[in-house]
Amino acid sequence: MLWDALTRPDLWAATLAMATPIALPALGGTFSERSGVVNIAMEGIMLIGAFFGVLFSYYTNSAWLGLLGALLMGALISALFAYVTINLGADQVIVGMGVNIFAAGLTAFLLNTIFGYGGTPRETPALPNLTIPGLRDIPFVGPVLGSQNVVVYLMLILVVASHYFLFHTNLGLRIRAVGENPQAADTAGINVWRLRYLGVIIGGMLSSLGGVYLALGLLNSFEVNMSGGRGYIALAAMIFGKWTPFGSLGAALLFGFATALSLALQGGGVSSNIIQMLPYALTILALTGLVGRSTAPAADGIPYNPNK
Amino acid sequence: MQKTLEGLLTPFVAIVIAVLIGAVVMLVTGHNPLTAYGALFSGAFGSTINLSNTLANAIPLILSGLGVAIAFKAGLFNIGAEGQYWIGSMATVWIGYSVHGLPPILHISLSVLAGMLAAGLWAGIIPGLAKAFVGAHEVITTMMMSYIAIFLSHYMLENGPMMQPGFTPQSPVILPSATLGKIVERTQLSWGLFIAVGACIIVYWLLFKTTMGYRLRAVGLNARAANYAGINVPFHLVLALFISGMLAGLAGAVQMLGVQHRLYDSFSSGYGFTAIVVALLANNNPFGVILASIFFASLSTGGQSMQLVSGVPAHLTDVISGIIIFLVATKDIVQLVQKRWRKPQTLATVKEA
Amino acid sequence: MRTCLEVRDITKSFPGVLANDQVNLDVREGEIHAILGENGAGKSTLVKVIYGLYKPDSGSIRLYDQELNFASPRQAIQAGIGMVHQHFMLIPALTVAENVVLGGEPGRIHYQRKENMERVRQLAKQYHMDIDPSAKVGDLSVGLQQRVEILKVFYRKAKLLILDEPTAMLTPQEVAELILVMERLRAQGIPIIFISHKLDEVKRISDRVTVMRAGETVNTVETKSTTPQELANMMVGREVVLHVSKPPQMPGELVLDVEDIVVSSGRDEKVKGVSFQVRRGEIFGLAGIDGNGQFELVEAITGLIPCKSGRIRLLGNDITSSSVRSRTKAGIAYIPQDRQLDGLVMDFELTENFVLRDFFKAPFARKGQMQKKHIEDYATRLSEAFDVRPRQIHALARNLSGGNQQKVILAREVSRNPELLIAAQPTRGLDVGAIQFIHNKLLELRAAGKAILLVSLELDEVMSLADRIGVIHAGRLMAILPGGQVTREQLGLLMTGVDLKKER
Repeated sequence: MLWDALTRPDLWAATLAMATPIALPALGGTFSERSGVVNIAMEGIMLIGAFFGVLFSYYTNSAWLGLLGALLMGALISALFAYVTINLGADQVIVGMGVNIFAAGLTAFLLNTIFGYGGTPRETPALPNLTIPGLRDIPFVGPVLGSQNVVVYLMLILVVASHYFLFHTNLGLRIRAVGENPQAADTAGINVWRLRYLGVIIGGMLSSLGGVYLALGLLNSFEVNMSGGRGYIALAAMIFGKWTPFGSLGAALLFGFATALSLALQGGGVSSNIIQMLPYALTILALTGLVGRSTAPAADGIPYNPNK
Repeated sequence: MQKTLEGLLTPFVAIVIAVLIGAVVMLVTGHNPLTAYGALFSGAFGSTINLSNTLANAIPLILSGLGVAIAFKAGLFNIGAEGQYWIGSMATVWIGYSVHGLPPILHISLSVLAGMLAAGLWAGIIPGLAKAFVGAHEVITTMMMSYIAIFLSHYMLENGPMMQPGFTPQSPVILPSATLGKIVERTQLSWGLFIAVGACIIVYWLLFKTTMGYRLRAVGLNARAANYAGINVPFHLVLALFISGMLAGLAGAVQMLGVQHRLYDSFSSGYGFTAIVVALLANNNPFGVILASIFFASLSTGGQSMQLVSGVPAHLTDVISGIIIFLVATKDIVQLVQKRWRKPQTLATVKEA
Repeated sequence: MRTCLEVRDITKSFPGVLANDQVNLDVREGEIHAILGENGAGKSTLVKVIYGLYKPDSGSIRLYDQELNFASPRQAIQAGIGMVHQHFMLIPALTVAENVVLGGEPGRIHYQRKENMERVRQLAKQYHMDIDPSAKVGDLSVGLQQRVEILKVFYRKAKLLILDEPTAMLTPQEVAELILVMERLRAQGIPIIFISHKLDEVKRISDRVTVMRAGETVNTVETKSTTPQELANMMVGREVVLHVSKPPQMPGELVLDVEDIVVSSGRDEKVKGVSFQVRRGEIFGLAGIDGNGQFELVEAITGLIPCKSGRIRLLGNDITSSSVRSRTKAGIAYIPQDRQLDGLVMDFELTENFVLRDFFKAPFARKGQMQKKHIEDYATRLSEAFDVRPRQIHALARNLSGGNQQKVILAREVSRNPELLIAAQPTRGLDVGAIQFIHNKLLELRAAGKAILLVSLELDEVMSLADRIGVIHAGRLMAILPGGQVTREQLGLLMTGVDLKKER
């Protein structure tokens, strides 16, 4: 039964599809925390992205404009989060909690206010699936990689781009420096606050894209709390991936695989619920140093006061 | 006295601002705020039944909020009260339906104790020890443990050891000997209210009147000075998370024995997360926790009638909660920034002197 | 030789302190110019003014022909002033090359990993420094990290290098290598300002020395034409500021017996085999310059950090491996050097802070419950006896002035009726009134037959209070001298590592 499941390409296709809404916010969290701002608000920002994606998609009748609007709203709420945590030095974890509760309430409230209680309209345009001609015909790989939603491919591109940005550009170096030792960066003439804003806002847009994928990629509708805790799993993926883009993707794939497998095995011998605990257990092990020690950027979570 | 008043000021101002923002949102969306808030208020407090249900809703918030608050007092952010609530509920229900032949007082005590102990260990052992000895951040570990707890409950209920024979994933009903009686019939208000209020008194006593509380607070405010005072800091970090977990477990226990009488399969009770908001708004004061819990409970019971009467979606109350956290957090920080300003200045003068 | 930096009449005051009083300094091209002075003489303030970290109240600074008036270090860097702080501004997780180019990376978008590596390698070669640009800074020794800091300065094309206490954290070998680097830089004509309080180093490295004392420049002299004795005299001055009348006292029973203890902190040994004894009715003063192991020694005696080897006995009982709590119970009282970090819980009320060390004991606690009435009475009594102001026992420690915070700690520790009082920097940052109060209390205790270990960075304090003075340098006791007969000059030499016996 297990072997059967493992050799079917649709399990692996599902893994990729399940990993996408984890990898994107994990990537977002990576940007934020690399710049030194602890971000547990991915869950809420995903909801913002999901809802406004649907809203803009419905009213502009274009899923792409929906995506654009969602990214803007993600950037907007992140900028608010950044202002409160960076300028005012508020506790990043507490404000992150606030964003999550606020976003859950706001999206549900707006859903009911704008669309009533019957859900979002069915005629909302969704983001298309892409079929890659050459890839599609390769056995096994084809069914897994050949035909996925456009956001899945976008995610893969963004992971590579993020890696390049963080580790191979001057700006990426500066972002990492700010997250490690803001005082040293400041004396080197780097504007700490500006880079932290950049990290938080890019992070928010990526998390928002994760929400767009749920609402316009997998479906074409918004449901209350549809992020379903993926923002928190993304947090785990980011930590397990050691605050790197490829690590986050790897962890997201592992966690996506756990979900896909537990779905494939439903009713089987191994309980799906036990499999789904794995991501969280692995994260704790990584944090305690039992499975490849995971260390946060040194100044992660510490507000910086440049006037000091 | 002045200090108490000052402590009340921040949350009060936060609530007022959030409620006003809520009113603006209603006006923008074409509703009458006065009607809506009126409906909310009467839905929460307008009749014995409504009041009872609001209080009943406050009970698990008070208990888990106390748990979060006591951890905060020791300098720890227990974000996993939700999972500890589930662990407590599971252990309590299990004793509640499986142990036969005990007199009610014993059976109730045993069930409650089992829930508290299980949840205490859940918080204390892994997050507590990991924090004390390898410095793993408790925000992440308690959150992760929370999800593990919820999946554990799914496992137990969905064709698992705690599933009642049949097709619905739920546990058997607890025995009558383990059931907490109702204060007001035909409502959800059980004698658990007294447990909750009692717990507040005990936590207050523990924190401010005992040497243990003194040690916990010293560790929370200044671990180095606590060490200098001869206090075992790692032990007290574990202890704080253990007690914190016990209180969240007690919340689950009281909810099981007093209201639900069985464990249902679900993704979230919602109490564990609101508990954090409760503790924040209460500024971690045990009696403030009661007030804050009643406030949030009234939002959730009153929100329903607000939706029915005035057509304003009940979810607006969550928007208000989120705004309150924002405001309380920034206010906290205004003070923190002041502290930070004061410190370097004194250090600088000291250095030059 | 051309004058490169000219500092004229710089005055800088902080609330209650005149840190720099009309300070003058000339630095010439191609010289190593040492600034010598005790802790608190105003050296750091001066270089921070030059570097734009502090704005002076009056005075002027010229770098070559350019009048300098910096609002921030950024402008100082642009003008060509480079500074290596005592605590490095490095990012351990990044490589040497990344640390060096950070903030001034060549190219627009792409980080030129290989090219930057090569640039830094060339730069290091140019200044004769041996360092691997691809190494992670966190993996380097302190000496090499310092080199990265120096490279950072030259990457930004500095015309003048300031080294703030560059040898404080280095091993002797690393110091030797640093001196080599400095000499090579001098050979290339780069002026270096070098801050130190170590006579032997100043003598070894510098061309000229400017001596500072109590915020003023005493003199600038050619290093070659002066002696350590002269420098020490200039550094410590002659006048004794505080006069404390101290009746003679016969030391009694042995209380503290420290035998050959070794203490490690971080990567190296901070205390390297120290032995001394303190008796009843005696103040044993431990003099030394900051960072020579005195505070590690104290923390080892109080049990806050462990001893690597050696014995500590209190009234004949071995307490080497006892817990903090049991040492407290056995009669050790301790005034820590940092009152806000260690001595007080700033957000506790005074009542709670007064019992910080004895909260678990009767009458303050019975059966695990705090006895509010007893604690309040005790707090009231102590507040009055030690004149803590304001006289509000429920005020938070945070809201008290530094002097009153220190009085709370003093009251708490003294009133515990200890066998041994360890006072680390008990008057740090206090005004004259508070200092006198605390000095008198220490003498009262001495008269009452207590053993007192006084650790201070202020020579005057040690000289006026101590019956015997131990001088600590680089983790070793250089000598133990009778308090009444020793001179400031002798102490000054010993503190800076000059062995008196060898010198004579």
